[in-house]
Amino acid sequence: MKRSPKLSLSLLTFAGAAVGAAPALAGDLAITVEVPRLTVAEYHKPYVSIWIENPADATAAGTLAVWYDFGSKEDKGVKWLKDMRQWWRKAGRTMTFPADGVSGATRAPGPQKLVFSGAKGPLKDLKPGQYNLVVEAAREVGGQEAVRVPFAWGKPGKLATAKGTAELGAVTVAVK
Amino acid sequence: MSLRNRLLAVAAAGLVLALPLAANAHRGWIVPSFTVLSGDGAWVTLDAAISNELFYADHNPMRLDAVTVTAPDGSVDKIQNPATGKYRSTFDVQLSKPGTYKIGSAVSTVMASWTQDGQVKRFRGSPEDFAKQVPAGAADLKTIKSFNRNETFVTRDAPTTTVFAPTGKGLELVPVTHPNDLVAGEAATFKFLLDGKPAADLEVTFAPGNSRYRATPGDFKVKTGADGAFKVTFPEAGMYWMNAVVRTGETGRGPGGPGGPGGGMGGPGGGAPGGGAAPATPQAGDGMSASYTATLEALRP
Repeated sequence: MKRSPKLSLSLLTFAGAAVGAAPALAGDLAITVEVPRLTVAEYHKPYVSIWIENPADATAAGTLAVWYDFGSKEDKGVKWLKDMRQWWRKAGRTMTFPADGVSGATRAPGPQKLVFSGAKGPLKDLKPGQYNLVVEAAREVGGQEAVRVPFAWGKPGKLATAKGTAELGAVTVAVK
Repeated sequence: MSLRNRLLAVAAAGLVLALPLAANAHRGWIVPSFTVLSGDGAWVTLDAAISNELFYADHNPMRLDAVTVTAPDGSVDKIQNPATGKYRSTFDVQLSKPGTYKIGSAVSTVMASWTQDGQVKRFRGSPEDFAKQVPAGAADLKTIKSFNRNETFVTRDAPTTTVFAPTGKGLELVPVTHPNDLVAGEAATFKFLLDGKPAADLEVTFAPGNSRYRATPGDFKVKTGADGAFKVTFPEAGMYWMNAVVRTGETGRGPGGPGGPGGGMGGPGGGAPGGGAAPATPQAGDGMSASYTATLEALRP
């Protein structure tokens, strides 16, 4: 897609505010999610959903990734998707699973690096502006936690960071 | 003996305990293991009982004869794996379709007394049996007709509203906020209909579960407005028992009869009482009651 110089200027001018019908820059969203190593008697890798929230009304603006027991027989893992309750209520329950480009297997403890292309999925149509990246984790026989990281979509920005207290470690977001 | 006393005597004869008419302390409930589910392998298991504490089976099991399942497409299924124990009944429901299921009972009952050969006769049962068993033109006939609902809602994937289509019988819940979309601390709006019309000025009781672990019951009441609507905010996440009762006519201040001859009183799957003959026609001074009970879950934000 070609962009007129005028449009780029308006994006710079209104950086951080939602700008009318201007298309998003095809920037990428780089995310790291730390899945903490927990010493518990019965450990299961957490189910994790990564989604974008409109801070004004707390609605979901798109789901980037859902890690669950993806490869289980008869897709039984979907039974527990509801446990990521905020995401389930706002976005998940209207989706079909497995979802192309969104579903994935659960991940092992440690930092998980992810890059979402601005030209694909929900980022493709995301208007420039202020959003929350929400990472929500739910663990079998464990707890549930959602971590919100505010970020500005529309131009490259500084690394934003937030930290969970139990089910999630550090979450970082950078618009590149 | 007054009508009320005579009818209470019927109730005291120990015929049924499930009706709230004379049993305010005992609350009937159907509690699902989950109200929000995902995926096509979804099942819920439910407990049903009549108890003092919520939701602990400490008194009597609920009889499951009248409990049915309404699927999101409107079809009515039987419950699965039913069992009735000493204190509670249990059964399962498979959510084979996405959407919202209604699980519960809608029961129509007639209590009647009349004079025959100088003796007071009594009846309690379905409108169909009433029409069959109570003689046409019975002398001094008095009736109390009741319509009682007790239900709960369970949703697989996205919520749907087909199961809330009003039937025009008794008290019915119309959601503005979906009952499977309740979150603690967020206001929810519901509406009540009585025989299809807005139930204005109706007192609705909410009682939170886990009462065993609280020193005070924590019940609270909300009133409906002229349009039958009311707002409620669930103070914390958990299961709640919701109840509303309308009673009229016991003392002769009747509403003009509960919807005409046999009107609005068909049981679940039952037809209208036979004919327009005298026994099915309520007299001035006859009573009616309608109750609505539901178990709702407010989720943690």
